[in-house]
Amino acid sequence: MGGYILRRLISAIPVLLGITMIVFLIMAMIPGDPATAILGAYATPENVERLNRYLGLDQPLLQQYLIWLGNLLQGDFGRSFALNRPVLDEVLERFSATLILAGTAFVLCSLLGILAGVVSAARQYGLADKTITFAVIVGISVPSFFLGMMMILFFAVQLRWLPVSGMYSIWGGGDLPDLIRHLTMPALALSVVATGVIARLTRGAMLEVLRQDFIRTARAKGLHERRVIWGHALRAAMVSVIPVLGIQAGFVLSGAVYIEMVFQWPGIGRMLVDAILKRDILLVQGGVVFVAACYVGFNIVVDVAQHLLDPRIRA
Amino acid sequence: MAHSRLTRRGFGILTATLLASATLAVPVTAQTPPEVLVIGQIAEPKSLDPHAVTAVNDFRILMNVYDGLVRYAPGTLDVEPALATGWDISDDGTVYTFTLREGVSFHDGSALDAEAVVFNFERMLNEDHPFHATGPFPLSFFFSAVQTVEAVDPGTVRFTLNEPYAPFLSNLAYPTGLIVSPAAVMAHGAEFGRNPSGTGPFRFAEWRANERVVVTRNDDYWDGRAASEAVVFRPITDANTRVAEMLAGGIDLMVEVPPVALSQFQGANFQVVEQAGPHLWFLILNAKEGPFADRRVRQAANYAINKQALVDDVLEGTAAVAAGPTPPAFAWAYNDALEPYPYDPDRARALIAEAGAEGADLTFYVTEGGSGMLDPIAMGTAIQADLATVGFNVKIETYEWNTFLGKVNPGLEGKADLAEMAWMTNDPDTLPFLALRTDAWPDKGGFNSGYYSNPRVDDLLEAARASTDQDERAALYREMQQIVQEDAPWVFVANWKQNAVTSDRVTNFRLEPSFFLLLKDVEKN
Repeated sequence: MGGYILRRLISAIPVLLGITMIVFLIMAMIPGDPATAILGAYATPENVERLNRYLGLDQPLLQQYLIWLGNLLQGDFGRSFALNRPVLDEVLERFSATLILAGTAFVLCSLLGILAGVVSAARQYGLADKTITFAVIVGISVPSFFLGMMMILFFAVQLRWLPVSGMYSIWGGGDLPDLIRHLTMPALALSVVATGVIARLTRGAMLEVLRQDFIRTARAKGLHERRVIWGHALRAAMVSVIPVLGIQAGFVLSGAVYIEMVFQWPGIGRMLVDAILKRDILLVQGGVVFVAACYVGFNIVVDVAQHLLDPRIRA
Repeated sequence: MAHSRLTRRGFGILTATLLASATLAVPVTAQTPPEVLVIGQIAEPKSLDPHAVTAVNDFRILMNVYDGLVRYAPGTLDVEPALATGWDISDDGTVYTFTLREGVSFHDGSALDAEAVVFNFERMLNEDHPFHATGPFPLSFFFSAVQTVEAVDPGTVRFTLNEPYAPFLSNLAYPTGLIVSPAAVMAHGAEFGRNPSGTGPFRFAEWRANERVVVTRNDDYWDGRAASEAVVFRPITDANTRVAEMLAGGIDLMVEVPPVALSQFQGANFQVVEQAGPHLWFLILNAKEGPFADRRVRQAANYAINKQALVDDVLEGTAAVAAGPTPPAFAWAYNDALEPYPYDPDRARALIAEAGAEGADLTFYVTEGGSGMLDPIAMGTAIQADLATVGFNVKIETYEWNTFLGKVNPGLEGKADLAEMAWMTNDPDTLPFLALRTDAWPDKGGFNSGYYSNPRVDDLLEAARASTDQDERAALYREMQQIVQEDAPWVFVANWKQNAVTSDRVTNFRLEPSFFLLLKDVEKN
């Protein structure tokens, strides 16, 4: 087991190195440079050159890359041009906001999705199944940003139950209930599609498992139906559900970009969009590398979890 | 039967969880607190160091925390005293001597004196200054004419320029000329931008990244106390969300309302404020090659494009039709006699026929966005249709803003016949000097991407820059505008009117032609 985890960790190193190269090259190759973005209308060649010299962007590319990589390895992500603060501070702050949002949405969609899938499967073609299937198809079909805007219009502008945007109240507030009020709409909007996908897959996996012999055996020996479904069938079905959860976690994380724009959630997706538009090279590079490292890490965790759950892979 | 009980309960749990939002939703009013003004900004500020920033969005905060030596008089772009009570200009226009206001101190308690002013400009301009590394200072070239700045005595500061440079005073009124506390720069170094200290009507209180910047009233302000106890600036980048916040009462004032959203604010609960500013939206025409090398064809383009329709229908009335290269907001320098080119496709066709340019193929650079560009794609499409009416076959090429600048700024030669562009400036000198002179062609480091050249215009602009007499400058600019309008190096399209919406709780608010946001006297109840 330990050997497996170690092997997976070592194999992540070239992946991460490749990511640093790709993101560096992309930022170097796209037209426009930070000096022009900062200077806007005043970007005369003279001013651009002066600013690039100040920012160290007049060095050869390879040298820039090596300096950046060397600093990165020492935990120094550099300083953002556009925000005038250390990249790592900004990335960590933004990423924790995204984690709160995406984490909540992920927990929400996992619980609701699995619950809905199990209920659907247990009552195949019943009223509950049909209702859930209908809701799921509607949920999957509505783009999350549109749903978010409609929620704002209804719950915030019309009913005034919940705040329109942001993470905390601008005056007072700042405590957990305040956070939850701000989190409710974006987390729900973000979780809807993933909930639908998970529900559909759980339903399929459950139906397959429920037809198998060991379920009949369990029922035949008089086990309570609740234990048959939640204990035996769900555990077996989880083997095919967990990889989907892993994929959905990634989906929720990347889908957070739209939701963060709509709800002005101070997360990392919005940060990256702004940073790209402003050609804030170090912030884009630092942010992408950080997110990529998280993805790689998350995939390792999922693989290990699957390894533990499924004896066939363990062999 | 256990089976059906189980699923019914499961279904119940599911429904209950789905309704979680409703149970959580204790009705709350999103009202903002009294005496605290909440402003919906369009983005997170970069820094609160006025010398380090370039965006109007940041200026909106800075103008309330700092003062400059001079400022624009309310409602105009005329310079009036601020931290300096008066000034003297030498006859040759190269020595400016300012008398400083007495008894003013920075928010951190240190005194405003001549040494402090010297520190401000030395930090920006002198690469050997111990605090030059707290930059970069992208707009320091506003003061590149400054050769020396010295403290004559604690209350007098003297600037010596290397040549006469008339925009110097209005550049001092620009945010790049705001005066920061040297003591705070020394204490915080590169982090000064997050720990700012100035002399303005509000003092900095708190900056929570991506959430809010809070400034509170400076009770000792030299020009009278501010009406509000505090101002909160919230970055809300998405325009639709900003509108929703305004409708829900989460903010008291928002700027840059999208034209299509203006109709939402018709009614007693809101008031819409408008102000034309020093902005020009125009088309650069390639005067070096192709059909627009002929002045008649350039004039034809001006006749062919229905500017009134662009302003009314595409921009929903948020701009006015432009007549020439100088925006009317520069009232003292504007030539009132200019009439915009009327919409006259027949005249355009006649001019095109005269020049023998019928049915020419044109390449048109359009941007997707960008500062001051308003609604560039919709405007580009409408312009394409207008030009098609007079027989041109226009091919649009669309680029993201930074890419677009990378294509347009080096010049249109060999690439395009026309391109969209917009400028916002603080002095009537800036735009024509950087974009219309022969010496401003791209290969000489300017923005004259269409290669316009008229020696008389060059002379007028050089003379206006060297003159220190405002009336004399005005006469020179007026003549320049008339010549340029006739030569038509550009299609003059629109002057943007900045807009803002306030809730009915806000009084005494107005927009300035400078596009700065001055909040000292704004009240909220």
